[in-house]
Amino acid sequence: MIYRHLSGATVAVALSLLSFPSFAAETALSGGDTAWILTSTALVLFMTLPGLAMFYGGLVRSNNVLSVLMHCFAIACLASIIWVVGGYALAFGDGGGAQAWIGGTEKWFLLGIGPDALSGSIPEILFVAFQMTFAIITPALIVGAYVERIKFSAVMMFSGLWLIFVYAPVCHWVWGGGWLADLGVMDFAGGIVVHVTAGSSALLLAKMLGGRRGFPKELRPPHNPGMTMIGAAMLWVGWFGFNAGSALAADGSASMAMMVTHISAATASITWAFLEWRRYGKASLVGIVTGMVAGLATITPASGFVGPVGALFIGLSAGIVCHFAVEWVKQKIQIDDSLDVFAVHGVGGALGTLLTAVFATASLGGMGLAEGTTMGSQFGVQVIGVVAVLAWSLVISFIIIKITSATMGLRITDEAEIEGLDLGSHGERGYDI
Amino acid sequence: MKMIIAVIKPHRLDQVRDALTEIGVHGLTVSEVRGYGRQGGHTEIYRGAEYQVNFVPKLKLELAVPDDLSERVVEAIRSAANNDQIGDGKIFVADLEQVMRIRTGETGDEAL
Repeated sequence: MIYRHLSGATVAVALSLLSFPSFAAETALSGGDTAWILTSTALVLFMTLPGLAMFYGGLVRSNNVLSVLMHCFAIACLASIIWVVGGYALAFGDGGGAQAWIGGTEKWFLLGIGPDALSGSIPEILFVAFQMTFAIITPALIVGAYVERIKFSAVMMFSGLWLIFVYAPVCHWVWGGGWLADLGVMDFAGGIVVHVTAGSSALLLAKMLGGRRGFPKELRPPHNPGMTMIGAAMLWVGWFGFNAGSALAADGSASMAMMVTHISAATASITWAFLEWRRYGKASLVGIVTGMVAGLATITPASGFVGPVGALFIGLSAGIVCHFAVEWVKQKIQIDDSLDVFAVHGVGGALGTLLTAVFATASLGGMGLAEGTTMGSQFGVQVIGVVAVLAWSLVISFIIIKITSATMGLRITDEAEIEGLDLGSHGERGYDI
Repeated sequence: MKMIIAVIKPHRLDQVRDALTEIGVHGLTVSEVRGYGRQGGHTEIYRGAEYQVNFVPKLKLELAVPDDLSERVVEAIRSAANNDQIGDGKIFVADLEQVMRIRTGETGDEAL
């Protein structure tokens, strides 16, 4: 994504400086690219509404299902508004002297972005919308960490601040021409920007909020694994827009990204189911769809850089590593990251970011590394990217959680937790039983 | 008259119904219930974590029969619902004081 966006921006800058009209042809709008990104934007919104909402909704108790759907829906609305007001400007605007760290304020309220403004070969307003759907799903991923016990007001406050102070800067560092982009970090569709930020913040929030009543010994099982599978299947389809759309063009790179995305999802799913079958005697539906999400999160940073063979390996390693990460978080360090946001997204996103350096090499079927880079040097850059973003996410999230805790309070009353958030927070019930 | 209440595993309902029809039982009320017995529920595994399911889904059968049919009904339910496993359920038999068919007002054995 970054390379394309930058080259478009570079040409645009050159144009404005030179006022040299004959260059206009190079930055003409492509109807094909525009059509595909319009489609991708819809696909990525569909991942959150209703894909992720249903995926998470099926995994909680029957008296909390509406609260989870509500969290995802409300975050989608809030993130959209924040993105238009200032989020996009901070992530993708020109930061001037502070460009390495943060974007600027000139595009607040999307001022100056008319229908004729281009970003590469697509309208800039479409690029804004496409990126908005990423800004929607990323805080929504964190919902899985705090279900069944958090205050609704805390969800809104945390998500809003998090989007501004964690997501927007990191998005700028990697995709908006910030310091990680200058360093040459490879993150095609958001292994770092989306999954490492959300996963690590989720783990911290789960720890500071405390576990659900009865964790870890006396929990109730998921109330509707069928709903979870339907949501997961929507995520799979939507992820084609997420990864293949990140090519920002309707071309071979997008096509390859879609294919490797699919391969990784399928491989990680089968791997997870196989591990469950060998270890517990039965392969479960909840297990196979969790493997799918792990495979998709892990291929995300690599999707435009690797080939089918790389995708098979990335899917396989996602299935294995994330499977054991789930048990490590819940049973070993005993943090109630309830729906395993860190183990699946955080670990998967980081794993995929590191493996990108390996499987992007041409000898392993990838699209090749940038000139003058070796697998080793690129791996070092990827490590810096993951570690820096992990640290930023944890530190800033810590401050945001403290502020939220001091103003709104984090946790619902014991009584409301037992009764369920559907009635306790929203005054309605999912099932009349 | 006897009131017979049986709690059985859900998948045995059809066999029990067939066995009861065979010995001339003409009516039966079924409800979906949850409960636990000596084994105290069971565990399910999701994403590697064990979840305790304290109340296991069962079916409760209720039927009123004449005294002379009672033993055969109990035996029919037992043989049809028996898996020879923990959790197969229980049969309760109680004396029944009165029965009335609402439409006609008949009482006693006539109403069964």
